[in-house]
Amino acid sequence: MTAAVPPFARPADVPADGNGGFAPGEAAARATEAILADTLHGAYKGVVVDSPPGAGKSTLVVRAARELAAAGHPLMVIAQTNAQVDDLVDRLASADPELPVGRLHSSEPKPYDPALDRHPSVRKSAKPADLAGLDIVVSTAAKWAWVKPEEPWRHAIVDEAYQMRSDALLAVAGLFERALFVGDPGQLDPFSQVGAEQWAGFSHDPSASAVDTLLSHNPELPQHRLPVSWRLPASAAPLVSDAFYPYTPFRSGTGHGDRRLAFTARPDGSPVDRVLDEAAGSGWGLLELPAARTPRTDPEAVSAVAQVVRRMLDREGVAHSERAEEPVALSAGRIAVGTAHRDQAAAVRAALAYMDVEGVTVDTANRLQGREFDVTVVLHPLSGRPDATEFHLETGRLCVLTSRHRHACVVVCRAGVPELLDDHPATEPVRLGATLKAPDGWEAHQAVLAHLAAHAVPSR
Amino acid sequence: MSLISALARMEAAASGRAEPVATVRHRHLAERPLVLVPLTTAGETGAPLGAMVGTDRGAPQVFTVAQPRDRDLRFAFLGRLAEALLPHLESCQDEVETIERKETDPESGKRVTVEAELCADAPQLLVPTAPGVDFVRLLGRSMRFRRTAEEDPGTPYPAPPRVPLLGRWLTHYAERSRVPGSSLLLPLTGLLTRHWATGQSHLEDQHLGTLLAWIAPPDGESGAEAARRAELERDGTGQLVRPPAGPATDPAFDNRLLAPAVARYDAGVPGAAEELRELIASQLRPTWEAMWQGVDLLRALPEGAHVPDRWRRDRQSYTHHRDRLRAGEPPQPRRDDAVTAARKLAMREQRQAELEAQEALDDPLVMAVRRLAGEAFTAAVTDVEMAYSEGKRPTPRPLVTLRTEDTPLLAEGDKVHRQLPEGAQQRAELVAEPEPGVLVLRLLSGMGRGKEPAQGTVPEPGDLLCWTLFEHSPRGGPGLPEPEETPWTHGGPPGEQTAEDPDPLTPEDVL
Repeated sequence: MTAAVPPFARPADVPADGNGGFAPGEAAARATEAILADTLHGAYKGVVVDSPPGAGKSTLVVRAARELAAAGHPLMVIAQTNAQVDDLVDRLASADPELPVGRLHSSEPKPYDPALDRHPSVRKSAKPADLAGLDIVVSTAAKWAWVKPEEPWRHAIVDEAYQMRSDALLAVAGLFERALFVGDPGQLDPFSQVGAEQWAGFSHDPSASAVDTLLSHNPELPQHRLPVSWRLPASAAPLVSDAFYPYTPFRSGTGHGDRRLAFTARPDGSPVDRVLDEAAGSGWGLLELPAARTPRTDPEAVSAVAQVVRRMLDREGVAHSERAEEPVALSAGRIAVGTAHRDQAAAVRAALAYMDVEGVTVDTANRLQGREFDVTVVLHPLSGRPDATEFHLETGRLCVLTSRHRHACVVVCRAGVPELLDDHPATEPVRLGATLKAPDGWEAHQAVLAHLAAHAVPSR
Repeated sequence: MSLISALARMEAAASGRAEPVATVRHRHLAERPLVLVPLTTAGETGAPLGAMVGTDRGAPQVFTVAQPRDRDLRFAFLGRLAEALLPHLESCQDEVETIERKETDPESGKRVTVEAELCADAPQLLVPTAPGVDFVRLLGRSMRFRRTAEEDPGTPYPAPPRVPLLGRWLTHYAERSRVPGSSLLLPLTGLLTRHWATGQSHLEDQHLGTLLAWIAPPDGESGAEAARRAELERDGTGQLVRPPAGPATDPAFDNRLLAPAVARYDAGVPGAAEELRELIASQLRPTWEAMWQGVDLLRALPEGAHVPDRWRRDRQSYTHHRDRLRAGEPPQPRRDDAVTAARKLAMREQRQAELEAQEALDDPLVMAVRRLAGEAFTAAVTDVEMAYSEGKRPTPRPLVTLRTEDTPLLAEGDKVHRQLPEGAQQRAELVAEPEPGVLVLRLLSGMGRGKEPAQGTVPEPGDLLCWTLFEHSPRGGPGLPEPEETPWTHGGPPGEQTAEDPDPLTPEDVL
C-alpha cells in the first residue's frame, strides 16, 4: 500500500498559482480586529485564538496587551517558558518604551535574559509585590502558580495555551477574571511522564491541554483563527496546512516569487549539493539514505545532516525576501537543525563541531517550538527505526520540525519510512469522551512523505 | 528501552537465561505478603470465577463461584473473600508510631507542627500480573457502592456485610498502585521484569510462567526452552500444563471443562459444585506455587537503600485510608474532580522523578543506564581550587576540575548533583569544559554554614565522584486551589462530596 498524494484543496477564491485575488494583509487585519473587539469589549470570560505557525501570534499578544493597558485595564500575561516570557517582555518594551512592564521571575541565579536590562521601563523582580501597579506583568505559568492574589486581575493573556497543561491552568486560573488564550493547536501536545489514562475523556483531564479543558467547560466561548502564515513560504504553507490543519486551513502571506534562495558557489555534483539546489528551488528537499535499521544516533544520518549544513555555508547562500530590498547572506545563525531526541541533537552538534561549523541552532522539536529560521535541516523522526511509536508519530513533532523555515527545509531520512508506517497502524485504544487529534500522526506523516517524495535525492 | 536493558535482553536471548538488570531489590517486599490469585469468567466483565488467597504458601484458601453469572453466588463469594482479606488488610491499623507533621492551622492560617499517627507497617498485597491489578480495581469498583441490609434496610439486593468495606480497601490499594514506586499492591510479573531481563518480548514477559522459566529454569534446561514449555505444553486432554496466571483463563479449559461443569451445576447434578471447585482450584494452584517461587527469588536480592523511605509513604497512604474509614467518610467517588485529579497527577510525577533518581543512587547498574544516556557521569578529581562567592558574607565556592570518560549532555551553567558520603546532597554548576572529557565545576551547596567548608564536603584530587544531571529529591510544584475554589475554566466548584448511590439495576443484572 502506498499513500495517495493528498489533494491540496484550496478555497475557491484562491488560484493555485499563488495569492492572486487574496490580500493576506487584509484577511489578517480583519481577524485581528475581531479578536481585539472580543477581548476588549466582548461579553465572554474567555477568547480563544488558534494560530498556525508564524501567523503573528506574538504580534497579536503584544498588540492586545498594549490595547488593554491603554484602555486602563492592567493585565497579567502567562507564558510557558522563561525564554517565551523574556521574548514577550522584550517585544512589549520595544514596541512601547514608555509602557511600564513587570517581569516576574524565579529566585534562581540568572532568572531572566540580561538583554532585558536595556529597557528602562521594565521592572524585574521575584516578588509580585514589587511589581504591583504596573500595567503589564509577565511571567511563566509555573511562577504565577506560586502567587497568592489579594484580588484577581481583571484581564489576562495566556500565551502558548495549547502547550499548557490543564492542571497548570487550574493552578493559575484563580488569578484572573477573564482571559485571551492564544496558541498553536498543531504543535506538540503537553504530556505527562506518568500514565494519566484514568482521566482520559474527562472534561478536566489534568494531562490534556488547557484549551481542551477550557472549551469543554465553556463551549460558548468565541474561537478565532489567524488566517495567514507570514513565516512559511508559498511552497510550504499548503503542505503544512493540509497535513496538519485540514479543518482550519491557512495561507502564506507571500507569493511564490516573493522569496528566493540561491547559492553563490556552483554545485559539485554530490547528492548533498543536489538536495540543496532542490530545496533552494522548490522549498523542500529530501536526502534519502539507504534503508537500514539503525541506533537512534545513526552515524550516517547524523553525518549527512552535518554535511548538508556545512555545504550550505560553504556555498554561501543568499536569501531574497519581502523583508529587505537587498538580498541577505544565509548565515549560520539563520540555520537550524531539528531532531526528535536530545541524544540525536547532541550527536549532530558534535558532528558540526568536528566540521568546524559554529552558530547553527541544533535542538529537539520541543525546544524549537516558536522559533523561526531561514533554512532548517530535519533528521526525520522515523529514520532508521524498526517501529513507529506514538512518540515518533506525534503530529505536533513533525509539524514543528517542518514549519520553522522561511525559505527551505531539507529532510534527511532513511528510505523505507512509508513501509514502516504501513506496518504500524495506530493501535492506541480510543477512549470515550477523549478528543481525537485530527489528523492523526500516521496520516500526517504519510501526507508529508508523499509530498517530499517529489523532492527526493538518493544519497548514493 | 535503555541501552543496558537492550543489551541484557540480547545477552539473555543468546545465553538462554535471564540477565539481571538490577543489583538490589527496588521495591518493598513484606515479610508476610498476602498473595491473591484471582480468576475471572470469560464474556462478562468483572465476574469472578475463583480466587486463591493467603499469607502461608502451604495453606491457601480457595473460593469459587459455581455459576459466575449468578449475582447471589457472586456476592456470596465476595462476602467470603472479604472475610479472608479484611483481617489481613486491617491487621496493621492499631500498631502506630507518633510523628510530627506540618499543617496549616485553620484558624490562624499559620503553619504549625501537629502530632499524627503513622502505622508501623502496612499489609502488602501481591497479584500475579498487571491485569490482576486491574481486576482488583474492578472488584473494588463493583463493591464499594453496594449497600448492606444494615446500611439500607430497603435495598432489594443487600450486599453481604463487609463487602462494601472490602471494595473501599481494594479501591485504595488499586489506586495506590498507580503511584510510581509504591508497594502496597504489586503484580509479580512487574516486580520480576524490574529486576531481570529475559530473551523474550515484553508482551511474553506478561506470562508469569515463562518469566520464571527464563529466570530460574529447571536443571539441565535452558530458559528459552523452559519458557516455551511453560507457555505451550499441554497434557493428553489438550489442557495447558501450566494454566495462565489470570485473571483470564485458557479458552480450552473454558470450553472443554468449565462450561460442561457449569451446565451440570445448572442442571442440579449432585456433586457438581464440588467438581467445579476442584476444577477451578486446579487452574489456580500452579500460579499459586509460581507466586511463591517469585517471592523467593526477589527475597534473595538485598533491599535498595531508599526502599524504606518509599515504603514509609505507603504506610502513610495506608494510615490516611484508615483515618478516612474511621471518620465515616463516604466511599471514594466514581470520578475524581478537577482538583483531585490534578493533585494526583502532580504527586505521581514527583514520585516518578524521585523513583528514577533513587533507583539510580541505590544501584550502580541503574546508574550505568543514566550514564549511558548522558544524564550522569563518574569522574576523577584532578584539581581543587578554593574560591569564594562575592558579596558581604563570602561563602566557599570551590572550583573542582574533573576528568571523565562518560559523555554527559551538559552545557555551561547547567547544574549537577551528587550524594555526599554522609547522605546529604551537593549541587554544583558547570563553569567550563576546557577540553573534551575535562569539566570544571563550581560547588554551590552542601558545605555547611561556616566560612570554611565542613569536613569531607569538598572532594580531593584522586577522588572518584558520581554526578547526576537530575535532582535527587525533586521538589513538588506549587499548591492547587481547594476543590471548592475550582475556577470557571475547570467547571467551577464540584459541589459537596456526598455518598454516591449504588449502580442502578439493569435487566442484565438478574439471571
